[in-house]
Amino acid sequence: MALPQAKTDATEERLAGLSLPAAGGWGTAAREDALGRLRSMGLPQRRDEYWKYTRPDTLVQADPPAAALFEAKDESPVFGAHDRLKVVFVDGVFDAEASDDLAMAGLEVERLSDAMAADIHWARDVYGVLEARGQSPVARPFAAMNTAFATDGLCLRATGRAEKPVSLIYLHRDETSDATLHHVIKIEAGADLTVLENGPAAARFNKCMEVEVADGGAFHHVRTQGRDHERRAVTHIFARLGREASFKSFTLTANGVLTRNECVVEFCGDDAIAHVAGAAVGDGDFHHDDTVFVTHDAVNCESRQVFKKVLRNGATGVFQGKILVKDGAQKTDGYQISQALLLDDDSQFYAKPELEIYADDVACSHGSTTGAIDDEALFYLRSRGVERTDAQDLLVLAFLAEALEEIEDEGIAEDLTARLERWLKRRRR
Amino acid sequence: MLDIKNLHVALEEEDKQILKGVDLSVESGAVHAIMGPNGSGKSTLSYVLSGRDGYEVTEGSVTLEGADVLELEPEERAAAGLFLAFQYPVEIPGVGNMTFLRTALNAQKKARGEDEVSAADFLKLIRAKAKELQIDADMLKRPVNVGFSGGEKKRNEILQMAVLEPKMCILDETDSGLDVDAMKLVSNGVNALRDAGRAFLVITHYQRLLDHIRPDVVHIMADGRIVKSGGPELALEVEKNGYHDILAEVA
Ligand SMILES: Nc1ncnc2c1ncn2[C@@H]1O[C@H](COP(=O)(O)OP(=O)(O)OP(=O)(O)O)[C@@H](O)[C@H]1O
Ligand SMILES: [Mg+2]
Repeated sequence: MALPQAKTDATEERLAGLSLPAAGGWGTAAREDALGRLRSMGLPQRRDEYWKYTRPDTLVQADPPAAALFEAKDESPVFGAHDRLKVVFVDGVFDAEASDDLAMAGLEVERLSDAMAADIHWARDVYGVLEARGQSPVARPFAAMNTAFATDGLCLRATGRAEKPVSLIYLHRDETSDATLHHVIKIEAGADLTVLENGPAAARFNKCMEVEVADGGAFHHVRTQGRDHERRAVTHIFARLGREASFKSFTLTANGVLTRNECVVEFCGDDAIAHVAGAAVGDGDFHHDDTVFVTHDAVNCESRQVFKKVLRNGATGVFQGKILVKDGAQKTDGYQISQALLLDDDSQFYAKPELEIYADDVACSHGSTTGAIDDEALFYLRSRGVERTDAQDLLVLAFLAEALEEIEDEGIAEDLTARLERWLKRRRR
Repeated sequence: MLDIKNLHVALEEEDKQILKGVDLSVESGAVHAIMGPNGSGKSTLSYVLSGRDGYEVTEGSVTLEGADVLELEPEERAAAGLFLAFQYPVEIPGVGNMTFLRTALNAQKKARGEDEVSAADFLKLIRAKAKELQIDADMLKRPVNVGFSGGEKKRNEILQMAVLEPKMCILDETDSGLDVDAMKLVSNGVNALRDAGRAFLVITHYQRLLDHIRPDVVHIMADGRIVKSGGPELALEVEKNGYHDILAEVA
């Protein structure tokens, strides 16, 4: 189908300033394929249905708006207390010096460029492959753009129980940096890996992560975004799950003028589970978009989407979440909840929850709510002596708790809760 | 302890007068009971005393040990020693019962310039108090009042009172929804707190509670006023004859 001329023009205009990074054998082909996909779908425009609530223009324009550097001097590094394999990227470029040795029992770690230079490599069957599958039924142009132009990234292959989590640390040193990272992850049958992500990354950050989880494999993902306020980020996770596989991803977002996190999960084997959750807190000039698409194409799989947002002073939250249950995907258990707590009348939440079901023996539920602090609860707490601001924070954290409970590691959950508590305290007047 | 003088209260939202000149003094060490027909203003009085939004005091005064109560925020009233056991305790999903109580206790202590209670000491304290009220560990861990039965909610109110040790305890129909045994537990909890430095205002519809918690004075509230006060025998009269005769007599 031909694209509207305006869209083609805008896409070509953007592409004119870019050239495909040199890759080598299979990498070049994968990039060229992705570029072809991108040309056929075009970059998003304001009137695109999938971008109805989030303006794509600053993500499309050639140069990103500058973003002030941010360093959280008042807090210890996120995941700092965790024994982890640190991998550092500065403005989207791998920093070997700052990183640990890329070696660990149960895991193969390689830089994307090295993997692409090899004639035969497992990553070939994942890189751009899961992304391409995720382009239908809804186009995700920034993901195709990422596959075509990613300048760096990691290839992780878990062959057993990985000794410790891989911690991807993104540093931002250049106020106008435009970073494109692409990670490829393969969890072999029965293997287990945790990936942590944190840090400001760049002024504009396009990140893609493809995760193939083979039969009985388990993948855990916890990431934090923020507190760098001026960044713009568009991220994608594409996951394909085998039989009895487990995929759990949690994102905590604090601040950010523009964040769009897409997560696309496909069940290909029976009896697998996928939990995708997020807690986002925004104040003022904040726009946060969670866009999730879960496809059940196997029997007896369980999916959960739990997204909570706390918004104040004109902040905006968006949730687009879909559960697609294909013909034959019987015994599907699909759950989706998206909720926003608005702390004033200026903030807004747009939710588009969708179920599309072609199997008859399934249990799917979804719910979306927008509400304010419960005055009755607030008074009850105060009547027992809790100060108004403390009572309010307690209720905000209680609201976010259902999302935070999705984090399996209790230590991490506690640490992130404490960070949220401090975020709330800093915003008291 | 508590002095209410000529208290007039209207609803903020609509032009409706609910309390029409309440006069009531509860002295330290005493237990006063308030009875009265549905809708006479008993809960409204308890809410106004604890500082809930939505009411406008149009006339009168309330003091606790001589200090103006109406000036204070709800949390300041709590720190000053005022406690209301709610007729309808509120459910708070996501906030653990223990976390809540410890936060409340320490907030009050902080406001009074006292040392906070350590996690270990608090655990000891709450376990002991919970045991007396036969509240099990599971209820302590659950979110505040969520999924509690009616009677469990009321017992949880008394647990909070036992832990916070307020000076002026207002109980709004704490007996409703309690089975006979729970009523005894709750009454024992209240009686254990009876002390020369503490006072109680017990709102109830039934004489039965007052068999366990012997009041010094019984007041009858009707149409926003205290229309009659007397000894414990007044409650017996209500139990036997209802409010008809009393209201006719004061009309
Ligand atoms: N927020 C409100 N809006 C409208 N009417 C109210 C409100 N609060 C109280 N009222 C009215 O004020 C009157 C007194 O109510 P209140 O709850 O104080 O009575 P009560 O004596 O506690 O009754 P009960 O014995 O049934 O508990 C009632 O007529 C009630 O409908
Ligand atoms: Mg009442």
